[in-house]
Amino acid sequence: MSGAEGRRGALIAIFSTLVVFTGLALLITHAPGWPEVRQTFFDWGQFKDSFPEIARAFLLNVKIFLIAEAFILVFALLLAVIRNLPGPAALPLRILGIAYADFFRGVPTILVIAMLGFGAPALQLNWVPLSTTFWGIVALVLVYTAYVSEVYRAGIESVHPSQNAAARSLGLTHWQSLRAVVLPQAVRRVIPPLLNDFIGLQKDTALVGFLGSVEAFKQSQIDAAATFNYTSYVAAALLFVALTIPLARFTDWLVARDRRRRQAAGT
Amino acid sequence: MLAGCGGSSNNNASSGGTGTSSNSCAKADLTLVNDGKLTVGTDNPAFPPWFGGPEKSPWKVSDPRSGQGFESAVAYEVARRLGFAKNEVNWIVVPFNTAFAPGPKKFDFAINQISYTPQRAKAVAFSDSYYNVNQAVVAKRGTPIAGAQSSADLQKYKLGAQLGTTSYQYIKDFIKPSKQPAVFDSNDAAVAALKNGQIDGLVVDLPTAFYVTAAQVPQSKIVGQFPTGNAGERFGMVFEKGNTLVGCVNQALNEMKSDGTLQKLQEKWLAKVGNAPILH
Repeated sequence: MSGAEGRRGALIAIFSTLVVFTGLALLITHAPGWPEVRQTFFDWGQFKDSFPEIARAFLLNVKIFLIAEAFILVFALLLAVIRNLPGPAALPLRILGIAYADFFRGVPTILVIAMLGFGAPALQLNWVPLSTTFWGIVALVLVYTAYVSEVYRAGIESVHPSQNAAARSLGLTHWQSLRAVVLPQAVRRVIPPLLNDFIGLQKDTALVGFLGSVEAFKQSQIDAAATFNYTSYVAAALLFVALTIPLARFTDWLVARDRRRRQAAGT
Repeated sequence: MLAGCGGSSNNNASSGGTGTSSNSCAKADLTLVNDGKLTVGTDNPAFPPWFGGPEKSPWKVSDPRSGQGFESAVAYEVARRLGFAKNEVNWIVVPFNTAFAPGPKKFDFAINQISYTPQRAKAVAFSDSYYNVNQAVVAKRGTPIAGAQSSADLQKYKLGAQLGTTSYQYIKDFIKPSKQPAVFDSNDAAVAALKNGQIDGLVVDLPTAFYVTAAQVPQSKIVGQFPTGNAGERFGMVFEKGNTLVGCVNQALNEMKSDGTLQKLQEKWLAKVGNAPILH
């Protein structure tokens, strides 16, 4: 590509971007309901009033996310390994693994949260914790373990069978081969999709509010209901975005780096 | 512009009320969502004592179309005074959160135990009060909180409230508990948490407290009600901002207050409310 062509391309890119975004801005601000929308969604005074409390509540989202993620990474790997167990004797375990993944990927997360959060404590067993946040975390771990195990499994299956065969022919057992040869390669390959699921999890922490825990979304609902003004929703959305965007960019960067390395290795 | 409009029509109605303004409240002159019908919104399920009668699809628990229960009775009485026959009143499901969504409304007014606050009145128009309400605490019998005598006694417990009610604000502003109160999306979620012991006490308006203890959580009791002076809370019907129907409904409510109809409806449907002990 010559310099002139490059400049022309850049100009076209700038022009088309300007046209699209100006068009969108005009369309929205000239809509008949815009003054009302601006007042109910973008009220600066309301934003300033509600933001500190929502930010405090957001710490609960971060806490739920961090605790759940730690368990998910471990349990999902176990589930993936179980589903890849060789031999006819392991069939019942494989069936259980498949049933688990099917069930928890099939049921809406909010339903799992509602059933566990209100159902488990209703058993009235002394040793069952009553905390709604606890049950919210358990539900998220159950659901996301199913998703993340699929990611791990895809990674494990992407490692060429010859790797495992070579390891076994060197005298390594199934477990040794899995631990020293297959998993290190598999996990490295699936880091971007893993991070993608982290982002999903981070957003789904808002569902725990259904049980009564006051996290960022619930706090913004409280403010919205008290004032009949939705600006607090925008405040909560900004907090979530502030956390997910860096993670998304980091994921993109990892993907790009991985692609560069693989292309370099190919030449 | 809109706010000015709504405000002025409000003032006209509450100051005038008779004579010339009654002309504009003739049924034919009313601006309605559906011509010739009064469309009233409330949430589903519709709970006693606000709504009564046997459950009938699509409504759960009770039926707003029955004319039984306090809010149903008030809505039909207002409708009658505006010139609507019973079969000209349509009920639609309006979840609490959509009652105040910006934009055109699908209802002429919503009646759903919605408390008036000055901030809310910026987004929607409120009618005058049809009920002045007190908040109360419900707890399971035999639990430590059940013996509380005062608001201060409640501070050390885990309290809960329903989203969108002013009960939560009441907890935060007047009880100031040491534990973060829980907030539930619906009445049944709050009741489940109370049954499970996930919260020690549930703060609701007093008439709802009677329903919770009588029907929803049999092993529960009303610990007490809070004195009226604290919040001075009142329920109003909710209209789209700038809707001129507010004036006509206020006129009907005023008549119902002066001729004692509103008082009679309260005695009929909310009779037991006076009996709860007061927590100072």
